[in-house]
Amino acid sequence: MTGPRKGENESEDEAGGIAGPARREDEALLTGRAEYTDDLRDPDAAHLAFVRSEYGHAEIEGIDATAAAELEGVLGVYTWDDVAASESPGVLPSSTGSLDCEVPAHPVLARDRVRYQGQPIAAVVAENRYRARDAVDAVAVDYDPLEAVVDSVEATAEGAPTLFDGAPDNVAATTDQGDREATEDAFDDPENVVDIELENNRLISSALEPRAALAEYDAAEDRFTVTMTSQSPHGHRQKLAHTLGLSERQIRVISPSVGGGFGHKGHHHPGEAMAAWCARDLERPVKWTATRSENYLEGAHGRDHRTTAELAIDDDGAIRGLRVETHANVGGYGLDGGASMPGWYGGLLSSQYRIPAIHCETHAVFTNTAPVHSYRGAGRPEAIYVTERLVDVAARELGIDPVEFRRRNLIEPDQFPYETPVGASYDSGDYERGLEEALELADYDDLRARGRDRDDGRLRGVGVACYTESTGGGFESGVVRVHRDGGVTVSAGTHSHGQGHETTYANLVADVLEIPTDDIDVMEGDSDSIPTGTGTFGSRSTIVGGSAIVESAEAVLAKARRFAADRLEVEPDAVAYGDGEFSVRDGAESGSGSSADTVSFADVAGMAYGWGVPEDMDPGLEETTFYEPDGTAYTFGTHVAVVAIDPETGELELERYVAVDDCGERLEPTIVEGQVHGGVAQGIGQAVSERASYDGDGTLLTNSLDSYAVPRASHLPEIETGQTVTPSPRNPLGVKGIGEAGTIAAPPAVVNAVVDALAHLGVRHVDMPLTDEAIWRAIRDSK
Amino acid sequence: MFPPHFDYHRASSIDDALDVLERHRDDDPRILAGGHSLLPDLKNGRASPDVLVDIGEIDGLRGIESGVDVESDTDHGTGQTAIGALTTYADVLESDHLERHAPVLTDATRVLADLQIRNRGTVGGNLTAAEPGADLPAAALAADATIHVRGPDGERTIDAGEFLGADGSESALGERELVTEIRVPPSPTGGYAKKTHPASGYAMVGVAAVLEIDTETIADARVAATGVLEHAVRLTAVEDALVGERVDEAIETAAERAGETIDPADARSDDHASGEFRVHLLSTYAAQALERAMEVDA
Repeated sequence: MTGPRKGENESEDEAGGIAGPARREDEALLTGRAEYTDDLRDPDAAHLAFVRSEYGHAEIEGIDATAAAELEGVLGVYTWDDVAASESPGVLPSSTGSLDCEVPAHPVLARDRVRYQGQPIAAVVAENRYRARDAVDAVAVDYDPLEAVVDSVEATAEGAPTLFDGAPDNVAATTDQGDREATEDAFDDPENVVDIELENNRLISSALEPRAALAEYDAAEDRFTVTMTSQSPHGHRQKLAHTLGLSERQIRVISPSVGGGFGHKGHHHPGEAMAAWCARDLERPVKWTATRSENYLEGAHGRDHRTTAELAIDDDGAIRGLRVETHANVGGYGLDGGASMPGWYGGLLSSQYRIPAIHCETHAVFTNTAPVHSYRGAGRPEAIYVTERLVDVAARELGIDPVEFRRRNLIEPDQFPYETPVGASYDSGDYERGLEEALELADYDDLRARGRDRDDGRLRGVGVACYTESTGGGFESGVVRVHRDGGVTVSAGTHSHGQGHETTYANLVADVLEIPTDDIDVMEGDSDSIPTGTGTFGSRSTIVGGSAIVESAEAVLAKARRFAADRLEVEPDAVAYGDGEFSVRDGAESGSGSSADTVSFADVAGMAYGWGVPEDMDPGLEETTFYEPDGTAYTFGTHVAVVAIDPETGELELERYVAVDDCGERLEPTIVEGQVHGGVAQGIGQAVSERASYDGDGTLLTNSLDSYAVPRASHLPEIETGQTVTPSPRNPLGVKGIGEAGTIAAPPAVVNAVVDALAHLGVRHVDMPLTDEAIWRAIRDSK
Repeated sequence: MFPPHFDYHRASSIDDALDVLERHRDDDPRILAGGHSLLPDLKNGRASPDVLVDIGEIDGLRGIESGVDVESDTDHGTGQTAIGALTTYADVLESDHLERHAPVLTDATRVLADLQIRNRGTVGGNLTAAEPGADLPAAALAADATIHVRGPDGERTIDAGEFLGADGSESALGERELVTEIRVPPSPTGGYAKKTHPASGYAMVGVAAVLEIDTETIADARVAATGVLEHAVRLTAVEDALVGERVDEAIETAAERAGETIDPADARSDDHASGEFRVHLLSTYAAQALERAMEVDA
């Protein structure tokens, strides 16, 4: 996978800009030529908008849509009664796993009760989006407000308001991972137990592009085309079919250019489904584009755990056991698997350590908040944060340097594959090498030697976080289609919305077929044109989609070789291939009557679709692979944060940030680097400034970018990156996913650094986000 | 993205704008300049005027004129600088004259929002909207600015404190009045220090300071804060502690008194900074502002 590639796109440097290999997709994205869903102009399209609940918890006593329906240009005003009277079930599939309770699925429009602020109550369709908004304002909803609960621990307390009769304690599911008894045994000596109580703050996905859909219905064919902001076109086809009561064959989902996803564009929400439902009812294309605030209100949000955890340690500093109980807030409904997602949260609690016994009890809890689902990292940041905080606290209480304590407990290179007590099977790793690499890059010993105080009056701290990340689940399809002229179209069931698949996939195929990347097109995001797929999330695309494509490309080359052998009149074994040309291998016996010494890849393509293909061969040069890896690939690494804190104001400066990641083979180093930078930025956002906040009535206080603090470029330090390379044995490319690593490692690295700076004052823990005020209070309260 | 319906007038002159305001006096008319406060209000449903009067094309409302350099023009008073209401933040930053004669305005504008906003937002709009965390209200109080307005009854001049409701009262600007310019007396010193809110970009706390120094002794001091209360406010305890003291000794002890006059219970509060924390930060930022003011003088 190394060395220069033919036809590689070099970026222009005429304006004195950054030179280097550009991603193939960048020119269209940067010049505004890329088309996003809201850019699509359908002159006949009507526009959908929602009446959303003002309350976090309320009974709906009545909806008066008369005035709205009478407005000029309003085509329809719909409530649940209209959906119920139709042939569609009208609910979002609630869970991909099992819950402990019988609760209703999320209806596309509220039935009689609303369970979170922003839940859709009525849908309005009008000739234009402005009139639709006017009509929304004209719908009068009569609410009977109910007492609300927004905190996952309070929701399970005696006497808390109940969201669903089927879950009287608001618990959707309780999951046990690991061995409870073995873990209790590990905690038999109360002397050597360290505990911590922490919150993993609720986050809001702030993709640049809000969610949007353009739904068209073909009555003659009884078939939908839904163009939408999807990370998972085939996944959304399946979910839309469920909500609309159709077969998947009746729905085509197209996902054009998409401006970021982070998980929430893989989930199934009411907006897109209702656009389709309305398109059929009105026999008009219907367009819906969420506003930023709508995106913020309806989620899905991420994280939101409240956790208690304990670590048992030997006298010599060896970890004996880890015990965790967490309350995961899943919001007002189990949205599309969101309520069962916390069930696998505990799988990464072992992080990089040999922990003989682990037990984790996870409660997924309904509250009057927006549904919570996977958000970049999706369970892994929550788990690693617990372990990495606890390890740091333990080291400090034992009087051991946190790095030394980690070193003593790392899983050794010869222990792979390593089975953790919580069901993870780590494929490969050299954790100590990654740790040492990061320490060297950060100059850790020097940082430690320089100590906490400097002459500028600020307090210094160094934080280290080691992590593991499960990547590459599920299957994917990969198609390599060679056209008659030798051009190639590659497609996969993944979807690139920032990940650079066009570049990665084209280069993978160019490497196998030895043709210029300019002769290769990459296609994603159309459920009709691509056999099937799972989508892009969970750091999986290169592992699963990339492997599927490479397998197809190799099969194409093998078949091409047989065509070439026929033309060259030799056995396929005697055919050599290089630089797009087949020839007779040196020393092989050449065909007696062969008229050609060489035959090009394009010539072979012509043969494959020409008259009279060789007798023992089928025409065509196209292969489809459905690929599933031989198991999960576990990315790992160590990140180091260096902070300076002003003790008077609590102001935090991230002086340095070092990220050393091992994602196996790096196919596209620049893209890997970009993923690390983006992930670290998001992780720092969680650590220092982001927190979705509700008041006690279930009103979202951080309902716009004016109050929800996403980090800006100026808030971030320079990110210094390094790498180790430990290939995964579980896929042919030897790769591991890298999309989420930064979101996992950065929060504990930053919090560990801040606590390190304040430890001498007696500060043991500070919950995220580490706002200036949070740090100031920690200092003040320690005095 | 979804503003309510409104009528739009592009005013050709101040008289035209005043005429439209008068004619639509019952339609809740609003003036549109840079649009950075009004448009978000429209989009979020916080304002729904029936009429917008766009003053952006009116000649003569933009620009910086120095009284010092215009001997024949007595309107500007001795040495005052006049800043047209439509002068953009970028214009302010480009003015060497302001940097010399009203450095507190330059210093506050330097950290005001970002490049795009500085190219579009206006000084008059900023002071009229007087957002609770806006930077210029504090600078205008410290600069001892006066606001010149025109209305149905002609021209009048309003002291910045009265205009900004710095004592907690309503702004003195009349409904059918238009800000035409802001005038500041010359002062060689001035500095502004700001704790930027991580989400909004407005000041969580901002302090502006102008000192008048007479041979090492502080003859007069004007110190004002933004972001802490719903309106900008003079920090009189700091001012009192400075006047009559030696420059090199007074700053630290004076700055410590910054929070004295404000009850944390009255202060603005959100997830990022409680009222208590904002009041606590005042001392640090007052000290920084005073130090910046001194640097300018040096």
